[in-house]
Amino acid sequence: MSVYRSHVLVCAGAGCVSSGCVLTENALVDEITTLGLDKEIKVIETGCIGTCDLGPVVLVYPDGVFYSKVAPEDAREIVREHLYKGRVVQRLLYKDPLSSQLVQTYGEMEFFNRQLRIALRNTGVINPEILEEYIARDGYEALARVLTEMSPQDVINAIKASGLRGRGGGGFSTGLKWQFTHDAPGAQKYVVCNADEGDPGAFMDRSILEGDPHSIIEAMAIAAYAVGAEQGYVYVRAEYPLAVRRLQQAIEQAKSYGFLGQGIFGSEFSFDLSIRVGAGAFVCGEETALLASIEGRRGEPKPRPPFPAVKGLWGMPTLINNVETYANICPIILHGAEWYSRIGTEKSKGTKVFAVAGNINNTGLVEVPMGVTLRQLVFGVCGGIPNGRTFKAAQTGGPSGGCLTEKHLDQSMDYDNLVALGSMMGSGGLIVMDDSTCMVDIARFFLDFTQDESCGKCTPCRIGTKRMLEILERITGGEGRDGDIEALERLARNIKQTSLCGLGQSAPNPVLSTLEHFRDEYQAHIRDKRCPAGVCQSLVSFRILADKCRGCGLCARVCPTAAISGKPRETYVIARNDCVKCGACMDKCPFGAVIRA
Amino acid sequence: MKSIEELRRLREEVRQMTKLREGSPEIKIIVGMGTCGIAAGARETLNTFVQEVAEQSIEGVSVTQSGCVGLCDREPIVEVQHGAERTIYARVTPERARRIVTEHIKGGRTIAEWITRN
Repeated sequence: MSVYRSHVLVCAGAGCVSSGCVLTENALVDEITTLGLDKEIKVIETGCIGTCDLGPVVLVYPDGVFYSKVAPEDAREIVREHLYKGRVVQRLLYKDPLSSQLVQTYGEMEFFNRQLRIALRNTGVINPEILEEYIARDGYEALARVLTEMSPQDVINAIKASGLRGRGGGGFSTGLKWQFTHDAPGAQKYVVCNADEGDPGAFMDRSILEGDPHSIIEAMAIAAYAVGAEQGYVYVRAEYPLAVRRLQQAIEQAKSYGFLGQGIFGSEFSFDLSIRVGAGAFVCGEETALLASIEGRRGEPKPRPPFPAVKGLWGMPTLINNVETYANICPIILHGAEWYSRIGTEKSKGTKVFAVAGNINNTGLVEVPMGVTLRQLVFGVCGGIPNGRTFKAAQTGGPSGGCLTEKHLDQSMDYDNLVALGSMMGSGGLIVMDDSTCMVDIARFFLDFTQDESCGKCTPCRIGTKRMLEILERITGGEGRDGDIEALERLARNIKQTSLCGLGQSAPNPVLSTLEHFRDEYQAHIRDKRCPAGVCQSLVSFRILADKCRGCGLCARVCPTAAISGKPRETYVIARNDCVKCGACMDKCPFGAVIRA
Repeated sequence: MKSIEELRRLREEVRQMTKLREGSPEIKIIVGMGTCGIAAGARETLNTFVQEVAEQSIEGVSVTQSGCVGLCDREPIVEVQHGAERTIYARVTPERARRIVTEHIKGGRTIAEWITRN
């Protein structure tokens, strides 16, 4: 095998693909070949490295030099300067948002060195399309040990002892789920992987499937051995074409090496795995709806019990876990349940991957031990709030969760504490909001999503969320009435108590939680017809400050409805009735004379 | 793939594929690759180090390059960093590189006659 002196990793997660990493990679390879360095330097495509807003990202090993936003021309410079002559290209290095210092290597970045990567151990490190790279990082060792040294009950005991809980949202004990499926009688059993990641902004499951598909195949084979299944399904949404392609390719590789199929590792155990592509309904992330969809029926939930562990796919006992949950299985087998249970808090063991988005310096994927505080996550790992603004709130758990405010910054991020604070872990989405965010509008946004995604099977969810959305639209539209808040609360309570599945039961949460922490903003909208953050278009008006206006007339020229009038070198005026509140005048004014209030 | 031994044999073969990307190395071999270094044959020196370290399966060693250090007449210059200890060798030909790997990196004995001071 040929030996290379340097590995150049190019992130090829979906985020970097859309920022043009393919062109960057081609430029790297071209220039390396031109300089005759192709026998010394290897270019490797990896899965998501995690810094999605900095793409295309290039990492140069052995030093671990981290380059961000690398355009094709920059890539050529990296080859000529760094790879050929050993001079790091300073202008492409990452600049720490807090200290404004240039950071040379990956290991020195706050974003990476505060993380503990277990589920993401291989994403961004290996080439997901090359099975040997997975094997080099102890791939399939856990499956081999399980099949040659452990009984199914040993495996279940190890998962139970690790304290691992479901990463998809519910947080149920994974070991117990395995035990129930193992104990349930049935001629045939199934294991299923839920990769129908639907929360807006959450993409950890996609990144794992794209960046380390074999880890999911291996973990599902272990699960199948533990519960007594011979067939598995990965249910992945059609919006993830790259994940589907890499997973399909990985399944074929695993079959050709005998990691899937008959008599794996010379044992009696056989296991086969197929992909089922979902059509993109949010409700299919709910397990009973997901199973219905795999069976070829309409994706609608069913009342539980019976739980899938007892009566699942085609009426047979079925184990269903989320992608990130499976991604934790192999490390637990390899390093032991005791090692795993030392990480995290008393009741939430291990790590959690957060997909951080919104008004934050470092957006992307971060994996941290359970129990870090919101402050450590937002201001430590993710570099704080940009543009000199202040932290207002963070939404956890996506459209099913709630918001945390400034007073929660020092609270622990774990399953039980988040529930106690009126939010939830969910799948790990974290949307950070600064002081320019209107919380009523945020609640409206999430409800608009869940209302749209309601499958319509049960009345409270189908009609209740619609009525709630109408009230919220009225409030943000400046037509709020007395009694709206009380009506929202009453509807929310009823929907939560009477909906059939998790979608409806959790849909009112963003409204309840913003009502609890930001009730005054609702009141300002309803009573004073005012949006304190200046977001809700119907409630804001634009005005020109006489003392700042120099009478240049720029505003009048950009106004699409000719609502601004005035004479040069005199103060201009906006006619309220003609103004459509597009904000063009405010963006254009060079003197800051146009204000929104 | 029929046994755990077979998997482990395959892993030993492919270990090299990802080793470069793991952890911080104990020993760093830094080859001067400024224009002066390249003109004096540093490319070949650099590749010899990479090959030797791999062939002798030495763990915890990385081979990288740096720019010109200002001793252009003594190139190729090679610095070996082992914790706080730094050794600078001058005029490192591929033959010298092989001996440095065997005696210094593997054996732990510096080769006094090639060491240079600035």
